[in-house]
Amino acid sequence: MAGNLLHINDVHKAFGDVRVLGGVSLRLDAGETVALTGESGSGKSTLLHLAGGLDRPETGTITVQGTDISTQDDATRAETRRASVGLIFQQFNLVPSLSVAANIALQARMAGRHDADFAGSLAERLGLADLLSRYPEQLSGGQQQRVAIARALAGRPALILADEPTGNLDEETGDTVLSLLLDLVAETGAGLLMVTHSPRLAERLSRRIHLSRGQLA
Amino acid sequence: MLYTALSTLSSHWRRRPGQFLMLALGLALATALWSGVQAINTEARAAYDRAAATLGQDQLSRLERADGRPVPIAEFIALRQAGYLVSPVISGELRDSNGRLRILGTDPLTAPMEAQTPALGSEFDLLDFFTAPGLLLVTQDTANGDLPAGLPPLRIADGIPPAAAITDISPAARLLGPSDPSYLLVAPPQPFGLPPIDTATDLTLRPPEGGNDIARLTDSFHLNLTAFGLLSFAVGLFIVNAAIGLAFEQRRATVRTLRALGAPLRTVLTALSLELLIIALIAGLIGIVLGYIIAAALMPGVAGTLRGLYGADIEGVLQFDPIWAMSALAITLLGASAAAIQALIQTARMPLLAPALPRAWAQASGRTIRWQALAAATLFATSLALAVFGTGLVMAFATLAALLLGAALALPAVFTATLKLIRPKNAFAEWIVADTRQQIPGLSLALMALLLALSANIGVSTMVGSFRVTFLGWLDQRLASELYVTARTPEEAAALMAALEPDVDAILPMVSFQTRLYDRPADIFGIVEHPTYAAGWPLLSSAENPWQTLAAGEGALVNEQTARRENLSIGDSLPVAGGLPIVGIYSDYGNPNGQAILSLNRLLETYPGTQSRRFAIRVDPDRAPELATRLRDEFGLPTDGVINQAQVKAFSVDVFEQTFRVTGALNVLTLGVAGIALLTSFLTLANLRLPQLAPLWAIGTSRAALARIEMFRSLALAALTFALALPTGLLLAWILLAFVNVEAFGWRLPMRLFPAEWFNLFALALLAAALAALAPTHRLARKAPARHTRNFAQAR
Repeated sequence: MAGNLLHINDVHKAFGDVRVLGGVSLRLDAGETVALTGESGSGKSTLLHLAGGLDRPETGTITVQGTDISTQDDATRAETRRASVGLIFQQFNLVPSLSVAANIALQARMAGRHDADFAGSLAERLGLADLLSRYPEQLSGGQQQRVAIARALAGRPALILADEPTGNLDEETGDTVLSLLLDLVAETGAGLLMVTHSPRLAERLSRRIHLSRGQLA
Repeated sequence: MLYTALSTLSSHWRRRPGQFLMLALGLALATALWSGVQAINTEARAAYDRAAATLGQDQLSRLERADGRPVPIAEFIALRQAGYLVSPVISGELRDSNGRLRILGTDPLTAPMEAQTPALGSEFDLLDFFTAPGLLLVTQDTANGDLPAGLPPLRIADGIPPAAAITDISPAARLLGPSDPSYLLVAPPQPFGLPPIDTATDLTLRPPEGGNDIARLTDSFHLNLTAFGLLSFAVGLFIVNAAIGLAFEQRRATVRTLRALGAPLRTVLTALSLELLIIALIAGLIGIVLGYIIAAALMPGVAGTLRGLYGADIEGVLQFDPIWAMSALAITLLGASAAAIQALIQTARMPLLAPALPRAWAQASGRTIRWQALAAATLFATSLALAVFGTGLVMAFATLAALLLGAALALPAVFTATLKLIRPKNAFAEWIVADTRQQIPGLSLALMALLLALSANIGVSTMVGSFRVTFLGWLDQRLASELYVTARTPEEAAALMAALEPDVDAILPMVSFQTRLYDRPADIFGIVEHPTYAAGWPLLSSAENPWQTLAAGEGALVNEQTARRENLSIGDSLPVAGGLPIVGIYSDYGNPNGQAILSLNRLLETYPGTQSRRFAIRVDPDRAPELATRLRDEFGLPTDGVINQAQVKAFSVDVFEQTFRVTGALNVLTLGVAGIALLTSFLTLANLRLPQLAPLWAIGTSRAALARIEMFRSLALAALTFALALPTGLLLAWILLAFVNVEAFGWRLPMRLFPAEWFNLFALALLAAALAALAPTHRLARKAPARHTRNFAQAR
């Protein structure tokens, strides 16, 4: 299916007795940016984790670039993630012992697609050029989030999954960071699925879907 | 990808070089102490093998008299005339104030091929070897050592045992005094048609010394060293385990990130294993070098110990053996793997979506502590059962191991229970107690290491101290005579006795000869009846009137080690002088050989020809120095021909001190390693504890006050560990004295207590804890407020 980057079909997920997702389906095409909103505990992060292959659904299928990852084993899903998915976490999840430059290059190196020039230009665009030799603990929250975005984009993944990427930032910094993210996604042609609580930010994406009690509203 | 994962994970160490240093140091120290001990053991065993191979003793049978006395030359001639291929050997020791040397006189013309040492080749003029004054073949080390005066020329040769010389039989006889051969070597193929050689003579045919008496005798010492090495290795592994465990906790988030970014679990585990392998290899190599240095430094002490305790000569120099180095490296890798296995398993089981917040490392739950307590109780029961029912040296060490391990495992439970008993009145003290309880799991490994080191220290120093006090008391009693005189000839001895008779209280001849008792080397002494013996020789057990029975020639005394080894008791018959009942058993500390005492008359009747050149003199102690000078002046006796009591005691004490120098050194090293383990834990916990301390700071506790609390807590934990180590160490000492000593040396010592030493050790433990806590405490006191506020900024 041309242009169909992510296809989630009737996915169910429960943690013990707690049903988190009950038959969720959605599609994301290349170049499309989708905001996933919903109240706390509605299953947004779980859905994002399933889309990134960090976890497996109980039933339903998830395909990334035409490959069904819902039945893949752990190692194969890791390979898919490495090759096709860029993850941006709310907590940044930078490696504290690596410099900013090494953090940005980390996933691209693992995928065998490290392009020093591209990584350099990303750092430049994100205002990190002067911080490349610093370590995460020496950065502010906004700077750390920008490093996390650069890391997610450096390997030119087809799919970007972002879990409240501006949740820890003030409004102004959050706006700036999101603008950069959207610009870069547009330039690389990737698809973006972004979890956010903010209706204001959600409006800036091309499509908005709302999750409530484990189902799309 | 593996490279990226490896470099990402190992970047942790680049950012924390101190932590890396601790890990490498822990592994290197563990390897060093273990491999150092192994190097010593390997070297000593090689020396025993070389000694056993001298003159083909490991391959050739020998003929000797059952009573251990020289073989009459007529017997040798008769056997040769009958066609048997036998060759005489004269063996004995030369000793004077300059040094000592074992002489082995061989007859190259009749010696079997196996007894022709490589030294007897064509490297030197054979004529010099056979003709007066002869040649002594010695190793370079022996030649460089302290040797008796008046020796023939020395020639350096390989393959000669340490502190020994091989020479022709004629110079040997000249040096050792006219003597018949000590024994005859028997060529393996005897001429065809002759009856078996043991049917042609009354001499006893002894098979080749394949097993090596000395090696068997010294097994206990080497087992002792090995146990110490193992203890040090285990303590070192505590550091490694702590460092790896901490690194795992600190990198938990990194591992999650790597996996989230697409690194398969297998790659992460491979990278972690590779990283460990590289660190273990580097640390292992450093450890081998350190081990070699430690072993080389301890080697002279070990040589002294082996000579003092067992009469075994080894070189005091260490050779490098690649096999030893490889095995040391292998044990390092095994040890590192054992220490890391828990962290690797946790990594493998860690869910990808687990919370990324770092937790306190190795946070044992209450259930773990209960399991540890249960395991401790089982080990204590095992130790008790082994102490009651076990026999043999290995069982004795197993008893020790179970006790020590049990005590270590019981520690967290004891701490937790103790802290539960404390019910503070104010909120702040309540927080301190609760926080300390929370820290126990994180600190328990280091505190266990400290407990092991302190217990071992108390145990070993109590044993050595008990030995020292008992030994010195025993020396005072045994060396009751004021002077000990050695004449150069029996005639001179007779002249000396005649001259001394009117001026002294008593002359006590010291007649002895070497023989074999129960198939082991032994000395038989003959003594005259005198109150000195009855008053000065404490008997461990005796029949009624033992000294009178002995004087009447109707009984014998035997030393403790022979009695224990052969399970002899009062009234049993001792196979000396045709068989004499045992009337007393006496302690004979430090003597590896058998010993028996009978009346001088009975000795001379049974073994005619035994001559006396030594005697002890009882005289007013104030007159002893003057009498010694007179004897030297009038009879021209050499300085060491007249020895006063103080000299003998000083010499004996010197031998004693040297004997336990190695143990002392290992003891200190183990304590040092435990100190480092403690430092590692305090340093690492200090970083992880910031989030717990930040709220205290925020609600109004100054950084300095927090630092003081941390220091107080470290000292309190060390004090509590010592309180547990004391009874454990005393139990250890009791097992060492009551079981290990008896199994290893054949004698038992009374246990003495040394509270002053405990106090010193207690102070040392507090000092170690204070030093270990100093750096983290200092850092805490100086920590910028921003570091504390960051804990709130990142808290979600």
